[in-house]
Amino acid sequence: MGELFGLLAFGAEGWGDELAAGAWLTVRLALTTLPFGLLLGLCIALAKESENTYLRAIGNTYTTVFRGLPELLTLFVIYNMVQLLANRIVQFVAPGSSFEISGFAAGVVALGVVFGAFSSEVFLGAIRAIPKGQGEAGRSLGLTAVQTFRLITMPQLWRLALPGLGNLWLVLIKDTSLVSVIALNDLLRQTQVAVGVTKEPFFFYLIACLIYLGFTLISTVGTNALEKRANRGFAMR
Amino acid sequence: MTQFNRFAVAAVAVAGMLGGIASASAQDVVRIGTEGAYPPFNFTDSNGELKGFDIDIAQALCDEMDVTCEFVAQDWDGIIPALLANRYDAIIASMSITEERMEIVDFTDKYYQTPARFIMRDGSDISDTSPDALAGMTIGAQSATIHANFLEDIYADSDIRLYPTQDEANLDLAAGRIDLILADSIVLYEWLETDDGSCCTFVGDAYSDPDYFGFGAGIALRQEDDELRERFNAALAAIIENGTWQDINDDYFPFSIY
Amino acid sequence: MTDQSITSLARIAPQKAPPARGPFGLEKKVFDQIVLAIVLVGLAAWIIPNINWRFVDRYWLRYLEGILVTFQLVFLSVGIGALLSLPIALARLSKRKWLTLPARAYITFFRGTPLLAQLFLLYYGAGQFNAAFEAAGLWWFFREPFYVAVLTFTFNTAAYQAEIMRGAIQSLPAGQAEAASALGISRWPTFFKVVLPQAYIVALRPLGNELILMIKGSAIASIVTVLDLMGITSLAYARSFNFQAFFWAALLYLIAVEAVRRIWDRLERHLTRHLALSH
Repeated sequence: MGELFGLLAFGAEGWGDELAAGAWLTVRLALTTLPFGLLLGLCIALAKESENTYLRAIGNTYTTVFRGLPELLTLFVIYNMVQLLANRIVQFVAPGSSFEISGFAAGVVALGVVFGAFSSEVFLGAIRAIPKGQGEAGRSLGLTAVQTFRLITMPQLWRLALPGLGNLWLVLIKDTSLVSVIALNDLLRQTQVAVGVTKEPFFFYLIACLIYLGFTLISTVGTNALEKRANRGFAMR
Repeated sequence: MTQFNRFAVAAVAVAGMLGGIASASAQDVVRIGTEGAYPPFNFTDSNGELKGFDIDIAQALCDEMDVTCEFVAQDWDGIIPALLANRYDAIIASMSITEERMEIVDFTDKYYQTPARFIMRDGSDISDTSPDALAGMTIGAQSATIHANFLEDIYADSDIRLYPTQDEANLDLAAGRIDLILADSIVLYEWLETDDGSCCTFVGDAYSDPDYFGFGAGIALRQEDDELRERFNAALAAIIENGTWQDINDDYFPFSIY
Repeated sequence: MTDQSITSLARIAPQKAPPARGPFGLEKKVFDQIVLAIVLVGLAAWIIPNINWRFVDRYWLRYLEGILVTFQLVFLSVGIGALLSLPIALARLSKRKWLTLPARAYITFFRGTPLLAQLFLLYYGAGQFNAAFEAAGLWWFFREPFYVAVLTFTFNTAAYQAEIMRGAIQSLPAGQAEAASALGISRWPTFFKVVLPQAYIVALRPLGNELILMIKGSAIASIVTVLDLMGITSLAYARSFNFQAFFWAALLYLIAVEAVRRIWDRLERHLTRHLALSH
């Protein structure tokens, strides 16, 4: 047993530093994806709530496709497509030059696209939970549509969407493990490398699971605190 | 700051980050894609560094061409797509030169060539490795390899299991989930020499039919990169000529694998 | 006089709004349908000439086999998971600590870690201790990647379903059980005849979502050599280097998910047809 834990040592012989680096990449990946995915989700939600038929159709198609596809498939396709697409655009704008998207950025885009599809549904639910009269009242006070959204809808949206977004954040942390299948040296991939060398799959995968568990538990505490803060001023029923 | 502004700031931050990560590739850097899970040719050590025959050869080639090598680890399944997507400029990962692959990538001359062999657990009742003899058996191989293709086509009556990495196939042979593995003889030899590989042994003859096993391992490049291919070929000829190749070979193997 | 006019005004039935107008003097609806048709035809015109029929001819049967394996994986694990989830949910709701704690630990572990890591843990972990499993006479089960995948997915979905069931049971008014008890019905009949049927109605929607999540999640089985739809896709791609492999997989997954979603919607509407608020 002591021998096993020796494998977790930091330094040349142990795998502790590799696992820590992998865990750090996992956290960075999730944290970088979050704002991108939230923004995308909000845009899609607004498109789906829009008066414009075509925007609505685009929003709905987007959600249907990316909520229906396995994350593994989406990640693999987007991861490889993003660079091809970037190449095409760059060749079109400035022929001869090249533009390199790092594996990390491609991973962020791929995870963000999936996160956007799910978070748009949460935002949509939150937008619809705000009584229509509030927006109408805003408009009748002479606010523009943008002002109404910014001053009346947005501040409440946060509170209403938070529980759903908290769940999606947990899903996102777990989904980052799928990028290990592509190329990024995240926690799970570093674990696989360690298993490949040490032939101790049970021990290392258990450690990886516990690290992920730590992330989700910390996140749960964090989102609970955020929810409490967002709900201050609302008496418990 | 209003919530809306916060979103705007976040958007700008993300755009900045993506832009910051992305940068135009410099001229004197050649990015090399490799797997890092295929000992002794390429593997990752406990310092997280890439090591192995492929890596040393790549380094020698880059020195010869007077460019800086930048290594990118990439899972085997996606190693060709990532080359096509310009994530790196060349694959040096023991990739066999085959007709199928030549339809979408170009190869340099070979830099080594070794045959494929089967291994089984000690004491297994297998002596003949013909398709008939192995009917009904479970055979493992790494997916997207010449070995996988060969098994898929020739050993249709066997249960073929394809693994993302060679390591995982080895683990399952040792565990008794599969009866045999078909893979590169050197890679298998290296594993059989370890404690974990002591369970198992070679069986049957070596396979090297060029229709399936190609013409040795080469460096894969995008088809439009003729100039880079020529530079690699010249460098390869040079390191074979000046003995560097032999030195690297001798670091790993007691015999020549050219 | 004025009274007269008011009643006659009231007698005019409310009129439908005139159809919205779109461009070219067409009705908006008609115009939208034309646009949709143009988009679809455009997509078809773009995709169909690009289909590599040699690829289709070579792999279509294997894709169907893959879908079948995917459905086997999903229905086995979601079905067995449903059976497991009930005792776990009850243990979680129990007042006894020795029941609550393990149930909570189980649910937290399987919901808090990635499915892929769980699969690696069980699959390669079992492989490491194969001698012990062999001695216990269980190796025939853990030898097969398909079985281990089903087992992992079952453990995983049981944890999610237990949480769904817990929420559903808790959402029922306590008065229901109290009323049953006042009628002299004992605890278990109350649970099975009063609480559970209603809990399932509440849980129907989230359970449907869980089913769909498992269809997508099952793609992970391909990583431990199971030839499900995703496994076949990787195989076809590795051989052909044709991106179409992913196009067909995406199409089939979307069809599968949509079909299951619609069937589930039907089922839900059928089972809740007696509820006034169901529409």
